[in-house]
Amino acid sequence: MQDLMTSSASLGPQLPKTPTGIDGLDEITEGGLPKGRPTLVCGSAGCGKTLMGVEFLVRGIQQYNEPGVLMAFEETADELAANVTSLGFDLQTLQGQGQLRIDHVHVDRSEIEETGEYDLEGLFIRLGYAIDSIGAKRVVLDTIEALFSGFPNQAVLRSEIRRLFRWLKDKGVTTIITAERGEGSLTRQGLEEYVSDCVILLDNRVIEQITTRRLRIVKYRGSTHGTNEYPYLITEDGISVLPVTSLKLAHEVSDEIVSSGVPALDAMFGRHGFYKGSSVLITGTAGTAKTTLAASFAHAVCSTGKRCAFFAFEESPQQLVRNMRSVGLDLAPFIEQGLLHVEASRPTLNGLEKHLVTLHRLVKEFKPDAVVIDPISNLITVGNISEVRSMLTRLIDFLKISNITALFTSLISGRNIQQEMTEEGVSSLVDTWISVRDLEGVGERNRGVSILKARGMAHSNQVREFVVTNQGVQLLDVVIGPTGIVTGASRLTQQMQEQAQALASQQELERKDREIERKRRVLEATIANLRTEFESVEEELRQINHEELVRQQKLADTRRQIAGTASAE
Amino acid sequence: MDLEEHEEDGAAEYVLHLYITGATPNSTRAVQNIKGICEQYLKGRYELLIIDIYQQPALAKQDQIVAAPTLVKKMPLPTRRLIGDLSEKDKVLLALGLSAPFGTTSPHD
Repeated sequence: MQDLMTSSASLGPQLPKTPTGIDGLDEITEGGLPKGRPTLVCGSAGCGKTLMGVEFLVRGIQQYNEPGVLMAFEETADELAANVTSLGFDLQTLQGQGQLRIDHVHVDRSEIEETGEYDLEGLFIRLGYAIDSIGAKRVVLDTIEALFSGFPNQAVLRSEIRRLFRWLKDKGVTTIITAERGEGSLTRQGLEEYVSDCVILLDNRVIEQITTRRLRIVKYRGSTHGTNEYPYLITEDGISVLPVTSLKLAHEVSDEIVSSGVPALDAMFGRHGFYKGSSVLITGTAGTAKTTLAASFAHAVCSTGKRCAFFAFEESPQQLVRNMRSVGLDLAPFIEQGLLHVEASRPTLNGLEKHLVTLHRLVKEFKPDAVVIDPISNLITVGNISEVRSMLTRLIDFLKISNITALFTSLISGRNIQQEMTEEGVSSLVDTWISVRDLEGVGERNRGVSILKARGMAHSNQVREFVVTNQGVQLLDVVIGPTGIVTGASRLTQQMQEQAQALASQQELERKDREIERKRRVLEATIANLRTEFESVEEELRQINHEELVRQQKLADTRRQIAGTASAE
Repeated sequence: MDLEEHEEDGAAEYVLHLYITGATPNSTRAVQNIKGICEQYLKGRYELLIIDIYQQPALAKQDQIVAAPTLVKKMPLPTRRLIGDLSEKDKVLLALGLSAPFGTTSPHD
């Protein structure tokens, strides 16, 4: 809203606006009601028209320091004050401080006799007096149509009402006029023809026993505005128009990573976890440990000292704590430390919007780093698909803008395992989608987890089997059999077979080693033999050689002796 | 601008307050008309207070004035409010309980 305000200021010639201070309304109207002009708020009984008017004045005083006048045609000042006390509006004190004037206009048809020409100058004087006495900038006329029952002369009334609105414009006060919804027209008395600047229609619809209040801006002269029907609520803090956060996709993103709480699951993501502020959806059929995965995530968030809000639509907090303790996730200490807040309620307790408001309120008060909603599919019981989708869109946007990591679980119909559309159609809204499912094989069910998508992150394409142990969720190693990934008992069989094979090949290896050793020894023995043989041959040869040498020597000596004797002769 | 006309001391039988808005034609006519009626039918028995709500706007809130001019019959009860310039004399007399069929003509006549 602040941005809108400053941008309109910088653009200059835009229509000046008066912020109402009502949650969400200023966003839809892009800054507030037309300043210094009348706005018509119409709706059927019980829509909160009067409340909107009162809140407009009170917020004006409290937040914008603009005094206000309330001219009530139906209720007295005391009744009004009592009615809004429960919302924390202290009208008496504001009146005492001279910031609020309430003027109850009482018109009783039975007391009145027309005796000639008249006008409604008395009303003008009273209003003018009230405005001037406190320097009011805001005026609420609740419900001016009551005059029509008091004064029979319609012609006079209509011209006087027209004059009144003109006069209010000249006074420069921002006015809200409330009116009952009429048949076939916005108001019973056709007031819309006098108020041409801004018309807001409030609606109260009951669809399948659940009431939803909706607000629509029928027209807003000179300004753009949201044109949809926006649900709104009357909460303990007044009116809350909900929640206009999805007008733009312009939220900041974080590069931080948060763990899923299951290390092996983290390992399936390229960056070992989810991006902070992203939204994660876990879908699966009944009994596929969605809640356990969600609780693991909550546990992981709280373990790092961050806050987590857990909305449980199926279990009470105690039940959740007990059940998760059985799988080794002790949430109780975190609840005691105030890190984990479990908000458990049946979805049917409230309408969708009320749930949204509860969530908004909790986020505002508790300031969690992560929000878990388990499961969103239960919300379908309190609204039709399009409503749930629009609520979830707003919810996801809201959480994203607040940079809160959101984890939703959703039950998908078991009829079609391949069904990869959630009923709420939120799959396109979430950043990360994890699917858990039953892998039903021969006589057993096993659980498998896979990542269908993870925006901005590489991720494993495998279907991993996981088991819920008393140490939490554990993913098992992938075992690939002749027909693909095998799970459960087949996986065990496959593993045993593999072990046997491994043992056999080990033994084979050892046998081969021994064979080689033996061969080596034989070879070595042979080499030794040959060497000995060679040595003896060598010896013999050397002996022969020597003998030959000696014989030659002897021969030579003999020859010399013979020659000696011959010469002597 | 309080314009009081006491014809008698003590509590008057008729207490009438006329709220006007300055000197507008309707207001002027209303003052003339009520004075005429009072003199004719209630001589000596009434108390008429003419209040200009331009000058005393607080009184307009206090007495729940919406239309102008308005004549409030405070006494005798029940309270009646006559709006308009009081030119429809029959209606005024009827509302004040002074209409002819009841034979309540002024004893002074």
